[in-house]
Amino acid sequence: MTTLDVVFVLLGVVAVGAAVLVVTTRQLVHAALWLVVSFGALAGGYLMLTAEFVAWVQVLIYVGAVVVLLLFGIMLTRAPIGRSADLDSGNRWAALAVALATAGVLVTVLVRGFRTAYAPLDVAGQGAAKPLGESVFRIWVLPFEVLSVLLLAALVGAIVLSRREI
Amino acid sequence: MKCTTEGIAGFGCDPWWLIGGKALVIFVFLVLTVLLSMWVERRVIGRMQLRIGPNRCGPFGLLQGLADGVKLALKEDIVPAGVDKVVFWLAPVVSAVPAFISFIIIPFGPTVSIFGHQTQLQGTDLPVAVLLVLAMSSMGIYGIVLAGWSSMSPYSLLGGLRSSAQMISYEIAMSLSFVAVFMFAGSMSTSQIVAGQQHIWYGVLLLPSFLIYIITMMGESNRIPFDLPEGEGELVGGFHTEYSSLKFAMFFLAEYINLATLSALATTLFLGGWHAPPPITTIWAGANSGWWPVLWFLIKIWAFIFFFIWLRGSLPRVRYDQLMKLGWKVLMPISLGWILLVATIRTASREGLNQTQLLIYGGITIAVVLVGSFAWDLVATSGRQVDPYAEPERATAAEPAQGGFPVPPLDLPHYHGVLPETAARKEVSSGTH
Repeated sequence: MTTLDVVFVLLGVVAVGAAVLVVTTRQLVHAALWLVVSFGALAGGYLMLTAEFVAWVQVLIYVGAVVVLLLFGIMLTRAPIGRSADLDSGNRWAALAVALATAGVLVTVLVRGFRTAYAPLDVAGQGAAKPLGESVFRIWVLPFEVLSVLLLAALVGAIVLSRREI
Repeated sequence: MKCTTEGIAGFGCDPWWLIGGKALVIFVFLVLTVLLSMWVERRVIGRMQLRIGPNRCGPFGLLQGLADGVKLALKEDIVPAGVDKVVFWLAPVVSAVPAFISFIIIPFGPTVSIFGHQTQLQGTDLPVAVLLVLAMSSMGIYGIVLAGWSSMSPYSLLGGLRSSAQMISYEIAMSLSFVAVFMFAGSMSTSQIVAGQQHIWYGVLLLPSFLIYIITMMGESNRIPFDLPEGEGELVGGFHTEYSSLKFAMFFLAEYINLATLSALATTLFLGGWHAPPPITTIWAGANSGWWPVLWFLIKIWAFIFFFIWLRGSLPRVRYDQLMKLGWKVLMPISLGWILLVATIRTASREGLNQTQLLIYGGITIAVVLVGSFAWDLVATSGRQVDPYAEPERATAAEPAQGGFPVPPLDLPHYHGVLPETAARKEVSSGTH
């Protein structure tokens, strides 16, 4: 194992550990902050794989926008300082089972899909925007468009839910 | 890896002392810039308001910033009752650290020789360097939001909320204003963007992007005319109301470093970076070599900082709904339209189409669409325009601050849930002080 491998594994441990703390902490705002740590460690993992563009977009979008909006929503409604007693759910075992099943499906798909498809890490400039844009908009353009339709549907749904006079 | 002195690959090849030295120089440069820009700001604002400004500490009052720093460090560090201590301490750090980091990718000059070693005058560079700056500025939002939340004060919370909404909205428009630059430079690395402006600055070529960036820059820096997060007339000090001593100093530091970073980024992306201004290069060929570019770079940065101060001296604060309307309904659609136009023209000229004809027809179409949309907007909204100055109906009996200033009560139902006993007991009733 090289130093890079060790750092990569450590980042993974931090990401998973912070993710566990997100769902176990009794303090609402701290849960959002642990989510930041988890996303940050994930961005670090991307950096270790020399995917610079993805890493900084991860920081920019997930850390910088998604969780900030989440915090914004929490603070607009209820953001108690200190522990809250009502953060536990009776469904936690079902949730755990669903989470494990989802993780199992994702890991299986990844392992079976990319078992021997290793990419070299020492190619200069492969993490820049150009190679990524080429592969997204040439090879993977259909999934990309389907995803944007999904986001559009979510957007329309949010507007329908929040406005009455439609 | 093969070592070179040119291009992005050259940044991994410096010896350790040069890398450390660069980081140290950037750190010292930022701290000095903060001290100096504080002094410049107070003196210039003083002049604009027909005052003298600080002139007691050292020659021309130059040491005023240093004196203020020492004063802040020696002040009592107050931690209000009931705050979340960890987050309260973390917030200023999260605010200051990203501010320092983003300056590492700003190019100060071309390749020079330091102790016989050829190196580029820039901390480091990435293929996606500008994204790093954007990511760091969005990390800085956390400092403000968390400071607002953890302070256990409605003023702070409102300041933090305003600030997060404002910075996110303006960051989107800001990123969009960069896109045209990326398209022309063909890269997101700052050194290549500067190299692409050898003949013409992108600020001239892409004037709409530049103007949008300048407006969003004001929004990002939380300064007048967009300083609502700390509007002292409404929110005491906004998110840093409860902060004192060194913690407050860190917010102050972060604010002024952000000022320098935004100025440096504007210089790099739109004003040719370290390239000499046009009339100089025609009469003096050596203006873009050696250490001279650092001078041009500093002149441009300080011109921007002066511009910031000038605006602070001349503009009033906007209302919050005006701010949001400007960000979402004006800056973003115009940016998107401009990007489409730039992309179309770039593609058309690459495919060999007639550019002038395209420009004329494209311009006419876009003008018609823009005028039509604004006219439609006017017609559609004129019927139900709400007068913002109309006195709102208020239930005077239930008002917590009768006759006084509209002070948000500390026991707002949606605020922090239940108050701990210690914080509730010390509440000072409004209107009597």
